Amino acid sequence: MQKVRYTRANSVEEAVALLEKGGATARPLAGGTDLIVQARERRRKVDLFVDIKPIPETNEITFDPAGGLTIGAAVPAYRIYGNETVSRLYPALVDACRVIGGTAIQGRASLGGNLCNSSPAADSVPAMIVLEGVANIAGPRGRRSVPVEEFNTGPGQNVLQPGEFVVSIHFPPPARNSGAAWDRFIPRNEMDIAVVNAGVQLRFEGDRVSWAKVAIGAVAPTALVVPAAAEALVGKPLSDATIEAAAEAARQAARPIDDMRGSIRQRKHLVGVYVARMIRKAAERARGG
Amino acid sequence: MTERIIITATINDEETQFMADMRDSLLDALRERIGLTGTKEGCNNGNCGACAVIMDGRLVNSCCVMAAEVEGSEITTVEGLAEADGLTPLQEAFLEEAALQCGICTPGFLVASKALLDVNPHPSEHEIRFWLAGNLCRCTGYDKIIRAVQKAAAQRGA
Ligand SMILES: Cc1cc2nc3c(=O)[nH]c(=O)nc-3n(C[C@H](O)[C@H](O)[C@H](O)COP(=O)(O)OP(=O)(O)OC[C@H]3O[C@@H](n4cnc5c(N)ncnc54)[C@H](O)[C@@H]3O)c2cc1C
Ligand code: FES
Ligand code: FES
Repeated sequence: MQKVRYTRANSVEEAVALLEKGGATARPLAGGTDLIVQARERRRKVDLFVDIKPIPETNEITFDPAGGLTIGAAVPAYRIYGNETVSRLYPALVDACRVIGGTAIQGRASLGGNLCNSSPAADSVPAMIVLEGVANIAGPRGRRSVPVEEFNTGPGQNVLQPGEFVVSIHFPPPARNSGAAWDRFIPRNEMDIAVVNAGVQLRFEGDRVSWAKVAIGAVAPTALVVPAAAEALVGKPLSDATIEAAAEAARQAARPIDDMRGSIRQRKHLVGVYVARMIRKAAERARGG
Repeated sequence: MTERIIITATINDEETQFMADMRDSLLDALRERIGLTGTKEGCNNGNCGACAVIMDGRLVNSCCVMAAEVEGSEITTVEGLAEADGLTPLQEAFLEEAALQCGICTPGFLVASKALLDVNPHPSEHEIRFWLAGNLCRCTGYDKIIRAVQKAAAQRGA
């Protein structure tokens, strides 16, 4: 491990002050499942861990039917899928949180950490995007909000400025007749990095799709929103043809790389498969299934 | 010189005060500062589960926790499973089912299985396999381990 100091932040203001003073080598510490390993393996230069878990706001899950859901940036995955309200109203978050690492990783891994680590394959990110998640950020100049879909700017890169950190992530209340779903492809059954992941949210008016959002991960430098996939669905009843058109739009939008986890061809193919599957699952959920 | 800190935590039901380096992981501290070497280091990067412990009621990999983070916490390691008068039924089941060979993964499997049975006393085979997916074993094969957990669960009665 590099020479790294550890300090607790007890309030948002304290965390901001510590991060600002510490500069680029001071890092917020949430569950540590990315950060501690990166610091140990010297993949990231770190000399100060600012533990944000003692801050009450980073650790709460709150919901009200008018305002929506707010999940503290440091809330570990097991508390998210263990939460009755989240399971009932935001099952797409549960889809992702249940498969991030194994049980011991889920005891610590947070949405804030998954987002801010800015991996192109981060599993919760497409789920948060289709649920219209917004990151609540605190920094030296006060608070601001950035939609999850605009948060990451490249592998390991995001919009956070010096001294800023994510306090919580907010999701609007689920719209009427809506459903969302997320899944990923990995070669093993558990404990692997996604070759492709995908999230979809659909809203219906009668039997027509009135609104849609499709997001795909691990096939570009950041998770991608695919407006053309949504356009292929909106205004029509769901059919094999509209689903295939949306899947094709997602295949077109994907810009994957070849690596040991998967080839470009395989990834493009899988994007289509997973987008189609998630459309069907989101529709099922919208119908109360 | 690196910075030393004094940490107080409840480890295996005993209030324990120990000195650690500020850059120690919980795994480093358990093994090298406190002398609890039952917890094993496999990968040191979160992938193998050999270092699993229960922290405030939740399964974690101690290689992915900083020692400084456990101030005031309750930690259970493999040493804390058995009573003075013998092994737990779970440990007995591992022996009876030959659920270990070299044994390096065993403390992690025992702690993870205990954490499972604490929240789900009668897990299905699928639930056991899913829960233990973060624990790797290079020699025994998983079937015997799964059988041992099933046996321990069955012995708990309905
Ligand atoms: C064995 C293993 C398996 C894994 N499997 C998966 C998987 O299946 N899917 C997946 O997506 N990921 C996986 N991961 C990666 C990791 O567990 C996740 O990315 C996790 O969500 C990170 O959360 P954390 O709370 O542990 O973050 P940390 O490690 O604490 O932080 C990650 C990064 O984000 C920064 N950060 C954390 N919180 C904030 C904040 N609130 N504001 C600003 N910056 C912040 C940190 O400084 C650091 O740079 C795995 C990791 C391991 C070790
Ligand atoms: S040593 Fe901690 S998970 Fe392998
Ligand atoms: S018994 Fe040797 S690794 Fe499991």
